[in-house]
Amino acid sequence: MEIKEINSSIDYATLLGSCPLPITNYKEVTLAHGSGGKLTHRLIEQMILPQFKNEFLSPLHDGALLNINNTKLAFSTDSYVVNPIFFPGGNIGELAVNGTVNDLSMCGAKPMYLSAGFIIEEGFAMEDFWRVILSMQNAAKKACVLFVTGDTKVVDRGKGDQIYINTSGIGIIPDDVNIKTANVKAGDKIIINGTIADHGIAIMSVRENLEFETEIRSDTAALNGLVETILNASKDVHMLRDATRGGVTSVMTEIAESAKLGVYLEETKIPIREEVKGACEILGLDPLYVANEGKMIVIVPPGICDTVLQAMQSHPLGKNAAVIGEVVNQHAGMVMMKTAIGGSRVVDMLSGEQLPRIC
Amino acid sequence: MKYLDEYRDEELAQKLIKEIARIVTKPWVIMEVCGGQTHSIVKYGLDRMLPPEIELVHGPGCPVCVTSLEMIDKAHAIASREDVIFCSFGDMLRVPGSHSDLLVLKSRGADIRVVYSPIDCLKIAKANPGKKVVFFAIGFETTAPANAMSVWLAKQQGITNFSVLVSHVLVPPAMAAILQSPQNRVQAFLGPGHVCTVMGYNEYFPLASTFKVPIVITGFEPMDLLHGVLMTVKQLEEGRAEVENQYSRVVNEAGNRTAMDLVYKVFEVSDRKWRGIGSIPQSGYKLKSEFKDYDAELIFNVDKIDTQESSVCISGLVLQGVKKPQQCSAFGKQCTPEHPLGATMVSGEGACAAYYTYGRFLEKIEMAVPE
Repeated sequence: MEIKEINSSIDYATLLGSCPLPITNYKEVTLAHGSGGKLTHRLIEQMILPQFKNEFLSPLHDGALLNINNTKLAFSTDSYVVNPIFFPGGNIGELAVNGTVNDLSMCGAKPMYLSAGFIIEEGFAMEDFWRVILSMQNAAKKACVLFVTGDTKVVDRGKGDQIYINTSGIGIIPDDVNIKTANVKAGDKIIINGTIADHGIAIMSVRENLEFETEIRSDTAALNGLVETILNASKDVHMLRDATRGGVTSVMTEIAESAKLGVYLEETKIPIREEVKGACEILGLDPLYVANEGKMIVIVPPGICDTVLQAMQSHPLGKNAAVIGEVVNQHAGMVMMKTAIGGSRVVDMLSGEQLPRIC
Repeated sequence: MKYLDEYRDEELAQKLIKEIARIVTKPWVIMEVCGGQTHSIVKYGLDRMLPPEIELVHGPGCPVCVTSLEMIDKAHAIASREDVIFCSFGDMLRVPGSHSDLLVLKSRGADIRVVYSPIDCLKIAKANPGKKVVFFAIGFETTAPANAMSVWLAKQQGITNFSVLVSHVLVPPAMAAILQSPQNRVQAFLGPGHVCTVMGYNEYFPLASTFKVPIVITGFEPMDLLHGVLMTVKQLEEGRAEVENQYSRVVNEAGNRTAMDLVYKVFEVSDRKWRGIGSIPQSGYKLKSEFKDYDAELIFNVDKIDTQESSVCISGLVLQGVKKPQQCSAFGKQCTPEHPLGATMVSGEGACAAYYTYGRFLEKIEMAVPE
């Protein structure tokens, strides 16, 4: 492939990633530290990583890749604090199963065993707890995983928000599968499995009491079946990442930074539902930053792109799959996008929460 | 998406740009008044697609950015009270006051809530009779009708635990102030589409004729902006200084009479201090005396405010189109969206934040375009 414009040798990764302020400038943790953007990364990189540094933790993949007695394992954990706990298209229980299943799947693993930890607020309706449990049972059955251990704690009324769930999981990585950032090369194609921003807007519409003509539903889904389909089509897939908190932008920026390569996206190629686009316009939100719970980025060498794309489109969770961009040598560490009208812009991680604009 | 994608079309954009390039003969400085327009220009990379003769400078039309520091400190003092539920539009939350911002106050336990409409505050007030619910009523003429409606409804419904902290600003006096400044470089304006949706554009005729500047009321989509630039350049090249309406699918000359009537029922024009610019006579709204029971400034005694503005921030010059964000020594260094020194770095509509978010803090980076 020929690259039209050649770029200077500035190390954008370092420039973009460098923090002008130490984390200690914040005396308290703010909500923005939990948004999946720059502050979240800084919290992890400055407060947590140095204290626990080891070869398994450092790659910062969706899960840790372990090797025990020649068996390759993926191990991952995630906590769920979504409010409201019931939303169009799902609930906190289903999310807790799918989220960890997906984190394991992104390591190329077949998810096997999960744990569940429940922190329940005193006064939480037993009927609601039952609904959550039943939907976890159902989601686990669909994803073919077993809950093998768990824990429950109850806290005083007012000390929690109905229910928080943590799930951890273990999966086995087939011998011939090798998914990691180091595989990503210039020229690789970037595929997404469907429409973006559905989950975030579904949550927002309930939380803010916004009513649209058609109900916007969360895309929460276990992606292990789709990953299996992809890996059956080709084992030469370079990278998988689910685009959850922080949206497509956070994932793409993370990949660009850790691969020390550039990412080129085309705005008009990124699938988005009309109603979601409309809601984002009304709320003044950029869908590229809005959370998904059933969307993944697949990075493949150009030679297998069509095969993988077709395989994805044959699966129910990938029928709207599309190639949205490419990995490039230029603007290393940085994501750039061709805008709908043919201009260009940098797509950077947000520092905090996306705040709705005034007008 | 219908009524949206038509205004974001690559082919049409190229046609408009070619036409602008065809008619332009010398350099022109055009200010887009609204922060929403600035955001759109930088987001789509419009300014870099225009011929080099056209320089777009960014105007004061970011309501969060121009809300005075005193008012923000007052808001913080009120929001910190235990008996208060403080409601605000979202992008006000991270705006730095002298000592803190609303997000930090929230993390320390203040009850601060983001609302999409001030009317939502009335529901909150009814549901929390033991609390005083205060809405931070800021914005230009665009948000004035809804803010006025909340006060008017509160009075109608006899809601007594609701009040507003008013810091409303008006566009035409700010444009006049910019044009009268000795540092002024602006030769024409893309006028504020949303503001004129409410107010119409009668008030802009005297500005155009007095200061001999073309004013083209312009929308917010890329095609609107390019079309607005084309109409403006045409006027400049032909030596005309008229008010024209590019955004005719939304704006009419007389404005929205119902909305304006409501605004005038509740508010009256007053002097107003603008952050970074200073006091501008007759440039804002305050509550009329018959609504004084809803005036948070009177209800809460928050007069003794010791304000402290960052010494390096040049947001005032940015808001007047005199300087570009990268010309500030703190831009992208001490001042980032994570730690803003001035309000222009906070709001999505602030010029500094738009520049930073879309990577304009580096020298121009060429995008690699794969074949």
